[in-house]
Amino acid sequence: MSTATHTTRVDRRPSRARRFRAWLANPWGRPRFLPLFTLLYFVWSLVPILIAIRFSFNEGRSRSTAQGWSLRWYYDDPDLSVWNDPDLRSALFQSLRLSAIAVAIAVPLGVGLAIGLTRWRGRVARTSRFVSVVPLVTPEIVMGVALFLVFVNLLTFIPLGTTAQAIGHVTFSLSFVLIIVRARLLSIGPEYEEAAQDLGAPPLQALRLALLPMLTPAIVASAIIVFAISMDDFVVSAFLSSGSTTDTVPVRIYSAGRTAPTPALNALATLTLAITLVIAAIAFVLWRLVELKRGRRGSTLQELATLETEATRLR
Amino acid sequence: MPEPGRDLARRRDALWAGLALPGIAWLAVFFLLPFYVIVAVALGTVDPILQTPAPAWNPLDWDWSAFQFVLEGLFTGERAFGQVFVRTIVYVTISVALSLAIAYPVAYYVARHGGRWKGLLLLGLVAPFFISYLMRMLAWINLLQDDGWVNDVLLWVGILDAPRNWLDGRASSVILGMVYGYVPFMILPLYAFLDRIDRSLLEAARDLGASRFQAFRMVTVPLSVPAILTGIAIIALPMFGDYYTPDLLSQSPRTSLIGNQINLYILGGQQIPVGAALVVVLMLMLSVLLAYYVSATTRAGRRLRE
Repeated sequence: MSTATHTTRVDRRPSRARRFRAWLANPWGRPRFLPLFTLLYFVWSLVPILIAIRFSFNEGRSRSTAQGWSLRWYYDDPDLSVWNDPDLRSALFQSLRLSAIAVAIAVPLGVGLAIGLTRWRGRVARTSRFVSVVPLVTPEIVMGVALFLVFVNLLTFIPLGTTAQAIGHVTFSLSFVLIIVRARLLSIGPEYEEAAQDLGAPPLQALRLALLPMLTPAIVASAIIVFAISMDDFVVSAFLSSGSTTDTVPVRIYSAGRTAPTPALNALATLTLAITLVIAAIAFVLWRLVELKRGRRGSTLQELATLETEATRLR
Repeated sequence: MPEPGRDLARRRDALWAGLALPGIAWLAVFFLLPFYVIVAVALGTVDPILQTPAPAWNPLDWDWSAFQFVLEGLFTGERAFGQVFVRTIVYVTISVALSLAIAYPVAYYVARHGGRWKGLLLLGLVAPFFISYLMRMLAWINLLQDDGWVNDVLLWVGILDAPRNWLDGRASSVILGMVYGYVPFMILPLYAFLDRIDRSLLEAARDLGASRFQAFRMVTVPLSVPAILTGIAIIALPMFGDYYTPDLLSQSPRTSLIGNQINLYILGGQQIPVGAALVVVLMLMLSVLLAYYVSATTRAGRRLRE
């Protein structure tokens, strides 16, 4: 096609209003049901959350009538606010504590597991590869009950409470780290460490200098995901809690959601969401910087979505 | 003296094994062993004085009374467990069907027609992953209260004459909650798959005279069967273990699911072996589902490759 016809077509491009009228008049053109449906989906999916956030700032006690704006339920109320109600405050700190422990233990364990199981060829490795993805397809209630019974009947030296909960969080997080890092490893292939070893590096050094830097994006992504699923977890935290001092945010929402709900519960949920988003955003920006420094372009978001999909593939 | 190459290979294997070992040990102790503990508790007895479970570690001591109790509840008399199992299957089936009806069009639109909005739309799809499930249920408790916005809107439109108590044991509220809670987990795998479909296949279909809709029906839909099955498995498995959605949005025994029964028996105290037996039965039921899912995806994959 010549340039001349191309320019005339651009020149004759109809105005926005004309195009809108043409779109309205021709129901058989580009599908119009789909954008409307998608828009409705986003409204349905996000507006309830926004409403819940709005009522966390309510001045009054209602969670359905707008009564001004205040930080009463976050800080100001001397008894009922998140900061001053010991149950709500401890729930927030317990959630953060467990997520930090889960990231600190599950990420190194999972990375080791991923590298080991991907490169090591043997019968033990093959069996372990199968076993280590089963937690993804196990409903949480099964894992929660199983660990509860273990700590009550067999490993009685580990009491219910923070230790037991942390063990539970690490256990379900491990498989997520494993599949995310493993997907990356499979796409890299063994050539790089082998090249480093041919150049005289001992295996451990080859691993550290050649492989680990290439795995950094996957490791950061898995840390974000472990943090998020650990903050989100309800069932395992609930079964392994020893009482209100070790209740996490979701457990608190569950136990107070129907019995004694005040906007403070909305405030607690909002704070948790904000913290999760801020931490995810920081990690995300760091990750993006690493990628840019290496000259890798393309949508990081797209990659994150793909990783999330990998992670939930068999959840 | 061993040759240097083999020595290096052995050292490398030792390194891999050493890296994997801590994780393997962790999973063995905290994932595999617990399954045996569930079985031992389910087949054990209850201490007559302390009312605590006495697990039967030795297969010779196995006592099947908890399983007998569950089986009787499933198939005889009042069929208390039978009703719960049927209700769970019905709720999960309806919720999965509704989720698919919502997830597929949304994933399709974002993947194929997202255009320059794709990044933003994708952010919207990923957002629910960072919002706790319980917070999303709390949002609906707020909306469904007696004086909540749902009643306000329905009264204003004129559908209802008086506010309705939506949180009082209604199947519709529980199913709405489940669909709302799980649908994001289904959209992402569908999106990732639809985004990867080779467009030349669709162009070929159009070149051969298929209409837009025919190309969709005869190319896109059959190709996406494995992704649909994956999406169904991803949300159906946790739904079968759900007890918090009915607890938060209904609280009534009328909407009690398998998960609620397990929760009651395990944390309620005196019949822990029955709870453990229910977990075993649930796992067996789900493993049938899983096996079907695995074979169906491989079969679908093979059919497409032929």
